[in-house]
Amino acid sequence: MNQQSAAASSSPPSRNRIVQLEDVRVRFGADTNAFLALDKTSLTVEAGDFVAMVGPSGCGKSTILKLVAGLLRPTEGVVFVAGREIGAQRIGIGMAFQNPTMLPWLSIRQNVMLPLKIVEPYSSTYRIHKNTLFRDRVEALLEKVGLGGFGDHRPWQLSGGMLQRANLCRALIHEPKLLMLDEPFGALDQFTREELWSILQDLWIDQRPTVFLVTHDLREAAFLANRILVMSSRPGRVTEDRKVDFARPRTLDTTYEKDFTDLTHSLRSLIVAAKQKEKVTS
Amino acid sequence: MKVSARLREQFSSVMLIASLFVIWEVACLLFNVSAIVLPRPSQIITTLIVQLPALWPHILQTLVTTMIGFGIGMVIGVLLGIMVGVSRAAYNAAYPLLVGFSSIPKVAVVPIFVLWFGSGTVPAILTAMTTCIFPIVVNVATGLATTEPEMEDVLKALGASRWQVLWNVGLPRTMPYFFASLKIAVTLAFVGTVLSETVAANRGIGTVMMMASASFDVPLAFAGLFALALLGILLYVVFAIIEQRICGWANRKNEFAMA
Repeated sequence: MNQQSAAASSSPPSRNRIVQLEDVRVRFGADTNAFLALDKTSLTVEAGDFVAMVGPSGCGKSTILKLVAGLLRPTEGVVFVAGREIGAQRIGIGMAFQNPTMLPWLSIRQNVMLPLKIVEPYSSTYRIHKNTLFRDRVEALLEKVGLGGFGDHRPWQLSGGMLQRANLCRALIHEPKLLMLDEPFGALDQFTREELWSILQDLWIDQRPTVFLVTHDLREAAFLANRILVMSSRPGRVTEDRKVDFARPRTLDTTYEKDFTDLTHSLRSLIVAAKQKEKVTS
Repeated sequence: MKVSARLREQFSSVMLIASLFVIWEVACLLFNVSAIVLPRPSQIITTLIVQLPALWPHILQTLVTTMIGFGIGMVIGVLLGIMVGVSRAAYNAAYPLLVGFSSIPKVAVVPIFVLWFGSGTVPAILTAMTTCIFPIVVNVATGLATTEPEMEDVLKALGASRWQVLWNVGLPRTMPYFFASLKIAVTLAFVGTVLSETVAANRGIGTVMMMASASFDVPLAFAGLFALALLGILLYVVFAIIEQRICGWANRKNEFAMA
């Protein structure tokens, strides 16, 4: 504990760096079948950035997500979020998984409104505003993602793509500083997925949260992110850190330009290389 | 469409009971079974109606005793279920104890309750309570323990406290499990009450049945059984209706099938 605070004071976290990982290691399991999910990783992310993480399965992408969201403690090292060590603060991080996890006993509107019930400053006035101000706010956001008029529906009445739109709304309704997306479009068809990329990009330009996106789709990473981290597995570590500076807003035409295909192509070879190395070592 | 299907369903269950009674009636007449061995349903129902003014206080006694025992058991069961269900360690640690506790035949604890509290209503309430706690604890704990971690993670990432996660995700998700257990528990509570009343009480349907069988008034004993069955069905229906109101979301498959 003392060592950690000493390390913290030696390199004070900058104001602009919303997320900072310092020599973080995460080990799962006990003695004999323990494995290193994330090896000594240091990483800083600027506020308002859009970071995508790609790599083979089990390379610790989701582990980084959970560390930043405060759902997991590092075995070694320190994680700072918004200038403070994780666990010490409640900044209300938005989160969405591949499985939309809408609560079946609530309507879509109530599901989307859930963060306002939990996160300050909304939660203290939740009772007053839930049928007026907050309701309008939810409706407006649902409208933006193409779910206008679906607020009163129950989750099981919606298709997978519609649920994932609602899921995005729930992750963004409280305008979080940090948005964690774990393969949010993984289970959707190509066309829905591409439509949601554009919607997510618009929402990001509007609200400018810092986004962490875990994905297996290299085109998705290249389309959405400002920065792509390529990771290798066993032990998980970041092997490549790419800037992506295509002009915004990007359109689907961007994805067919040469620079874009070159980028996805080179990302692909990096991941293939990482996978082969994994085979040799194991 | 939906209403007629439901009516048909209710009609068929009434028909099932009616035909069972008819077979029983006919079999008794056919084989000339004495009323002391097995009274006919018509005799039982007649006895029930004729004796109702005398039976009514006993029915009320059993009903009230059961409801008090069931109410206390429900509160304790839910609290225990939450305590056991929120952590895996508690779940694993407490399970053997709960199984052991529930394996004790309730007839064996009645004398102990009588020893502590004397005969009468109190041991009946306690027996009803101990009989109905187990299914509630197990179901509430199972509902909580099987909550999808992703659902909880979404709230935890928002900075929700354990209590907020429990209130917004764990408990609502557990409601269908809870109501399933209530329907079992309320019938079990009746068993507990009557058990205790047959051993040590001077009021209640259990007592009536003991006295009736002691004086070979078999139709009256059976009338007591019928009264119990009717009360059981009544309470089951009450909880089924409440369940439909509160967690209809969990039964949507039926709705679709009927629509």
